[in-house]
Amino acid sequence: MKKKLSLMFIAFGALAVLAGCEPLTIFDPKGPNAKTLSDTIILSIITMAFILLVVYVLLAFMLTKYRASKASADYEPPHEEGSHLLEITWTVIPIIIVAFLAIVTVRTTSTVESQPDGYDNKEPLVIYASSSNWKWHFSYPEQGIETVNYVNIPVDRPIEFKLYSFGPITSFWIPQLAGQKYAMSDMLTTIHLAADEVGSFMGRNSNFSGRGFAEMEFEAQSMTQEDFDKWASDVKAKEKPLTKEKFDELLKAEHVGRSSYSSTHLEFRPAPMEHSEHMKMGDMDHSKMNHGDHSDSQENSEAKHSH
Amino acid sequence: MSMEEVFHPMQEPMILAAAISIVVGAVVIVAGLTYFKKWGYFYKNWLSTVDHKKIGIMYIATALLMLFRGGIDALLMRAQTAVPDNGLLDAQHYNEIFTTHGLLMILFMAMPFVIGLMNIVIPLQIGARDVAFPRLNAVSFWLFAAGCGLLNLSFIIGGSPDAGWTAYFPLAGTEFSPSVGNNYYSLALQLSGIGTLMTGVNFIATIIKMRAPGMTLMKMPMFTWSILITNVIIVFAFPVLTVALALMMLDRQFGTQFFAMQNGGMDMLWANLFWVWGHPEVYIVILPAFGIFSEIIATFARKNLYGYKSMVMSMVVISLLSFLVWAHHFYTMGHGVMVNSVFSITTMAIAVPTGVKIFNWLLTMRHGKIQFTTPMLYALGFIPIFTIGGVTGVMLAMASADYQYHNTMFLVAHFHYVLIPGTVFGVLAGYHYWWPKMFGFRLNEKLGKAAFWFIAICFNVTFFPLFILGLDGYARRMYTYSESTGYGPLNMLSFIGGIGLAVGFALIVYNIYYSWKHMPRNEKADVWDGRTLEWATHSPVPEYNFAVVPTVTRLDEFWFAKKEGRDITAGKIEKIHMPNNTGTPFWMSGFFFLAAFFAVFNLWIPAIISMIGVFGFMIHRSFEKDHGRYISVEEVMATEKSLRGDK
Repeated sequence: MKKKLSLMFIAFGALAVLAGCEPLTIFDPKGPNAKTLSDTIILSIITMAFILLVVYVLLAFMLTKYRASKASADYEPPHEEGSHLLEITWTVIPIIIVAFLAIVTVRTTSTVESQPDGYDNKEPLVIYASSSNWKWHFSYPEQGIETVNYVNIPVDRPIEFKLYSFGPITSFWIPQLAGQKYAMSDMLTTIHLAADEVGSFMGRNSNFSGRGFAEMEFEAQSMTQEDFDKWASDVKAKEKPLTKEKFDELLKAEHVGRSSYSSTHLEFRPAPMEHSEHMKMGDMDHSKMNHGDHSDSQENSEAKHSH
Repeated sequence: MSMEEVFHPMQEPMILAAAISIVVGAVVIVAGLTYFKKWGYFYKNWLSTVDHKKIGIMYIATALLMLFRGGIDALLMRAQTAVPDNGLLDAQHYNEIFTTHGLLMILFMAMPFVIGLMNIVIPLQIGARDVAFPRLNAVSFWLFAAGCGLLNLSFIIGGSPDAGWTAYFPLAGTEFSPSVGNNYYSLALQLSGIGTLMTGVNFIATIIKMRAPGMTLMKMPMFTWSILITNVIIVFAFPVLTVALALMMLDRQFGTQFFAMQNGGMDMLWANLFWVWGHPEVYIVILPAFGIFSEIIATFARKNLYGYKSMVMSMVVISLLSFLVWAHHFYTMGHGVMVNSVFSITTMAIAVPTGVKIFNWLLTMRHGKIQFTTPMLYALGFIPIFTIGGVTGVMLAMASADYQYHNTMFLVAHFHYVLIPGTVFGVLAGYHYWWPKMFGFRLNEKLGKAAFWFIAICFNVTFFPLFILGLDGYARRMYTYSESTGYGPLNMLSFIGGIGLAVGFALIVYNIYYSWKHMPRNEKADVWDGRTLEWATHSPVPEYNFAVVPTVTRLDEFWFAKKEGRDITAGKIEKIHMPNNTGTPFWMSGFFFLAAFFAVFNLWIPAIISMIGVFGFMIHRSFEKDHGRYISVEEVMATEKSLRGDK
């Protein structure tokens, strides 16, 4: 048992050391929402370490003190029914800990589900992020541009990502900026975030979505407002518009590199509605998207002959 | 579907090798049975048995086989991810493997291991001669076996499911998963799920109606309590799976749109139904382990269980809460702060009754006289490792923080930290503990302990790095990753741990062979100086379990009777009513298997013909008059005399 305990401590030590020399991605936040989550996680780890310590100390005590090899041969363990006082203690203390963590959870959840603190007076930049097969489309209705597999955002401005999918459920995640959220085909979800500093961050789909899932990454780059404006107007001026045909071609493709367009697909293929509206719709046909054209339809015949 | 497509998976060399080994294994078994002229024995004693002990042994044998099948999947996954940009497996193969790993380990390893132990132990522990419905019990097992066989067959014929064990739609729909893999999923799980549901009904009836005289509910052993509660959860949770799988089959094979992206289908409806079953399922495999640990810790601390009443209450509370937490599996689907907060609180609340149990186990050992036997080592190893799983569970329960853990290796590490020290240690502890009761000899302690240390240490080496990888943003289910991510070294460490785990499990199996060869026979009935009724009867247990059904006056009756020098099995022997063996469950499930197999490939005519076979057996059963048989007093006395022998 002691071996086990020391092993645990080595493991925790390793975690501490690793965390020390190069911060793990989610402990290296670059925006207020990711910072809130990082703080929440560290707080919960400290709380949990305390609980582990109590259990380990008690276990070590019982195992060293009450082993048969230490007891005399004729020692008869007593009959003990239990103790109300002790049982109430170890019910009430966990309840207090859980209540504390519940308050933390409710507060931080509502914090990260709304516009980041300190940005209340700024108009958020809305970006539609949609997934198809194993790529990401980013539409900027304000700028009238669209990108594939990379997204640029200005620092110090709140960003609202509106998420949806042209296929399987995916999960949009830029760990250093905010927690993840699902992108689904039949309703829109929202991620609020902001970037505090200029930098390049890994973004990916974290929800398994088939064969090309492992490579389904994108780069999220934060830049100053001037750089961002310049980039956006460059794209608007220099790139070709995204036609319906071109977009259908993109949807069908499995993996593509980066590309930019001077118009968005939202104009001819609007996004689905928000979650709250979706719930009101009941069982009506609420799909505004045409889904038929992005499957590998030639592989589909086997399933269809049954009906 | 052309023949080429059907046998497409065989083009993979590794799958071909697996297929060949399965065929060779089957041929060896068939040839062996024929050569030794054991077909009659095999059919009479095993295939057509309704004896709960033999059914239990068959469940456990299947579970061990599947442990290795799922374990090889796991090793392949760890090998593939051990180094960046590895080409050992391609994405498709990797996706199939992690899907079947999850399905096999939960539904065809953990479940049958738990159900096997409950089959063997529950009637003995409550002083009954069999379960309430012995024939139904055989149907349960054979339906489970049919489902298990069907899922394993998918690897060879037609391709395995590849959309994850959660099979989220629309990914698992025909549009994105056109192969028959997910047809296997819905049909194989349906068969075994129906079997499990019957088990649930059977064991509730058994525990409620067939306890020994005097054994009131609050005098039941803790393992019996855990199984009663587990089966109540099964009866409430499994119908949801049945419905969800039926809808899945309709969607995939009959063109309905329940989970589709268009025509009002809702993809998250599947996720909800799946986890309304799936979360209670976690407690279905963990509560029996809690029961086993309670028995073992009390036995080897040589003390009664501390806080019996609060142990029962905490399990009841866990079972209720288990149905109120399912949405924590998809906090990230965007259902608002309110919904997420409610599910966070219900989820964290489970930590309270679980904590009560941990402290009660610890306090059971206080003033005890702890013996470090193999089963006890598993029970003691469970506490520190499982607690890590528990506290990380609380961390995951916090909705906001979960936005960073969801779909990462942190989650994978968490549930392995719960399921391995919880369920796997639990069933292994129970397996070592009750083995002498089943077979009349012990498993070698030295080998048993060596396997424990291998498993306990290598488990941490395998899974602790995954916590760190998760916090570093490593998403689960990725078949590979690039070197620049820096995930390589910890993945390699995890792979090395995985090899160690495999050695540990191999030692467990070697121990069966070694102990069978070398351990002394005619072990006494009460090998561990136990506390509960199963230790009052002979090892191995005679067909009728107890010649005289003991009368119970208090908890741990057997223990107190021993101290007071009473023999609770003494009394007047009378003739014993026992059920007849029957081949019906075996053959009926065979037809079920055929029906499901044809249905996988949309071959409806043969599927319907097979179903007619199934209904034929049911109709035959309704008109069959079988009132069982009696074992005469002389026969019982003779058996008792030979079993008692010179002990």
